[in-house]
Amino acid sequence: MADKMITNAREMTNTEYLYGHRACAGCGGSLALRLAMKVLGPRTFVALPANCMSAVSFLYPQISFTTNAMITPFPATGAVLSGIEAGARALGFEDYNVVGFAGDGGTADIGIQALSGAIDRGDRVIYLCYDNEAYMNTGIQKSGLTPFGSKTTTSPAGENLPGATGRKKDMFEIVAAHGIEYAATASIGYPEDYLKKVSRAAQCSTTSYIHVLSPCSTGWGFPVEHTVELGKDAVDCGLWYLAEYENEEFTLNRKPKEFKPIEDYLKKQARFKHLKEKEIDFIKYNRDRKWEKIVKKWNL
Amino acid sequence: MPGKRIFVSGDEAVAEAVRLTKPNVISAYPITPQTVAVERISDFVEDGSLKAEYIHVESEHSAMSAALGAAAVGARAFTATSSQGLLYMAEVLPYVSGARFPIVMMNANRTLATPWALLSDHRDSLSQLDSGWIQVYCESAQETLDMVIQAYRIAEDQAVMAPMMVNLDGFILTHTYEMVDLPGQKEVDEFLPAYDTGNKMDLEDPRAVCYAAMNEYMEFHMKQEFDMRNAPSVIAGVDKAFGEKFGRYYSGMVEQYRCDDADVVLVALGSVCGTTRAVVDAMREEGQKVGLVKLRFMRPFPREEIMEIAGRVKAMGVLDKDISVGYEGIVFTNINSSVCDLSTPPPRINFIGGLGGRNISKEDIRHMFNQLFAIAKGEKQEKIQFINVGCDYNG
Repeated sequence: MADKMITNAREMTNTEYLYGHRACAGCGGSLALRLAMKVLGPRTFVALPANCMSAVSFLYPQISFTTNAMITPFPATGAVLSGIEAGARALGFEDYNVVGFAGDGGTADIGIQALSGAIDRGDRVIYLCYDNEAYMNTGIQKSGLTPFGSKTTTSPAGENLPGATGRKKDMFEIVAAHGIEYAATASIGYPEDYLKKVSRAAQCSTTSYIHVLSPCSTGWGFPVEHTVELGKDAVDCGLWYLAEYENEEFTLNRKPKEFKPIEDYLKKQARFKHLKEKEIDFIKYNRDRKWEKIVKKWNL
Repeated sequence: MPGKRIFVSGDEAVAEAVRLTKPNVISAYPITPQTVAVERISDFVEDGSLKAEYIHVESEHSAMSAALGAAAVGARAFTATSSQGLLYMAEVLPYVSGARFPIVMMNANRTLATPWALLSDHRDSLSQLDSGWIQVYCESAQETLDMVIQAYRIAEDQAVMAPMMVNLDGFILTHTYEMVDLPGQKEVDEFLPAYDTGNKMDLEDPRAVCYAAMNEYMEFHMKQEFDMRNAPSVIAGVDKAFGEKFGRYYSGMVEQYRCDDADVVLVALGSVCGTTRAVVDAMREEGQKVGLVKLRFMRPFPREEIMEIAGRVKAMGVLDKDISVGYEGIVFTNINSSVCDLSTPPPRINFIGGLGGRNISKEDIRHMFNQLFAIAKGEKQEKIQFINVGCDYNG
């Protein structure tokens, strides 16, 4: 367990627990994991289902985690976390963290059943979803967290379709509906907020969940040096939000005075380049509806 | 607690054995006819007679995945399933065997949908022969209880390090009651030491398990195969040690019942062996030289024993409570691949029976032996024959 909150770069260790991996330049996901590991520290059991991060960091004999780590079956992150925790408890281990790093598809699609089970059991595990809004590892296919209008290799944009047509599942609220001890959204564009939330999760005595938006240069189509900027833009234009759920209450951590233009965020990315005005208006409409609800119902 | 005689069902016998083997973690998801086993185990955890973590998982896939996670930190893990549940967790079976985690699982043999059905055949477990798990098939509640205890010692042997599936026929064994000898805890503790392994994640010496391999993938699996080849001698050794301790021997990989001078033998798995013994005894009384080959282990497969038996009989029948649609019985295919290495293999018949729990009576078994005598005499016989069916067919 983390003894103290880490809220900024000065308090963070210089030790690396995830390095030497094969991730693309500008990878938001690897940044999310690297920072989380700096909070969680050396006595951490890591479980990853099939995703970019397991693909780039687990190839025998070059393992990029310096802590204990394992690959899980794709749908099973939540269940393997429970198993690790139960085994560690039964064997009397002390002072350790159990964390799962799953992607958006591994969390919101194939892994949602096992995640729900883990939260229901209340095991002391941290489930971290790094959300890059598509199945990037397999070549940018649509997931349940791909936003409306996003072009992927299975949701092409053409004469008849504007790219993905679904709404991005609201995993944060789905998880909160379990009555989980602690859940939070974050973005690698706001690293101090993110670090604080991982620290908070590590102090929980039951299950916690962090959902961190992790821009993907390869899948979203933007220059590799813009990853952090995109993570910030998503929050600033209101298409993502920073929030926490604790003691059965929602709290919004950051309310932009006014949203940055949504077009700026969308037009920086190849996946949205094709969008027409009415589709952008639709995205705006949905954003505003979501924020109406947030402002009305959540604490500030 | 000293040993005693108890009157229990097969499911309850499994639960009693699990209590004696003291797993650290049990993950369980209910499926008929496995349920009574995991219910009793939960009672034992509740009353404190089994000190273990009991994980209520939300699916069989998660049952095996939770066991995988527990085994990955060096815990002894147990789970149980049946039928569709086994298939639902099928993805995780090679994860476990490839990672060399000696998880033990009870499988209540039940048929597969569709048509949807509840009763017992072997289609579920035989579909998973290639998963890297040791598979044993039991004939009685007593044998099941004893094999759960033996399973941990076999699976956890450093020369083997493979998970093990203990199969018992659904309802026929899981839900019928018999008197069984329950070993004492002290004796089981002496027989089965606490699980200790270096193959785990370790807080003092961190490492990765269940990693990816590209260049070395084939070598990892060669090692798995070579270690599995050690299993038959380990199984024989454990059988001997168990017999010396508890007075019950099971003949290792294969039990030959009245096969020494047999002209024809029938190969079978699981509870139908009990009925077959009775028929063998009756036909022997009549002077007919018949024998039962009780195939206890399907993986690893007892190639040498089967070749040796086939080499001295005039005909060999294989009773499959399964079918690989489009070919033949799965047990038959496995038997054939050994028998065909003989320079003069005996004639063989594949009897398909008991699908979906269809009864296999003494008369059916006698009929099979008669068919074997006929083919031994040179009469032409269909290679695949369906037993006790309600319709005509070409066979």
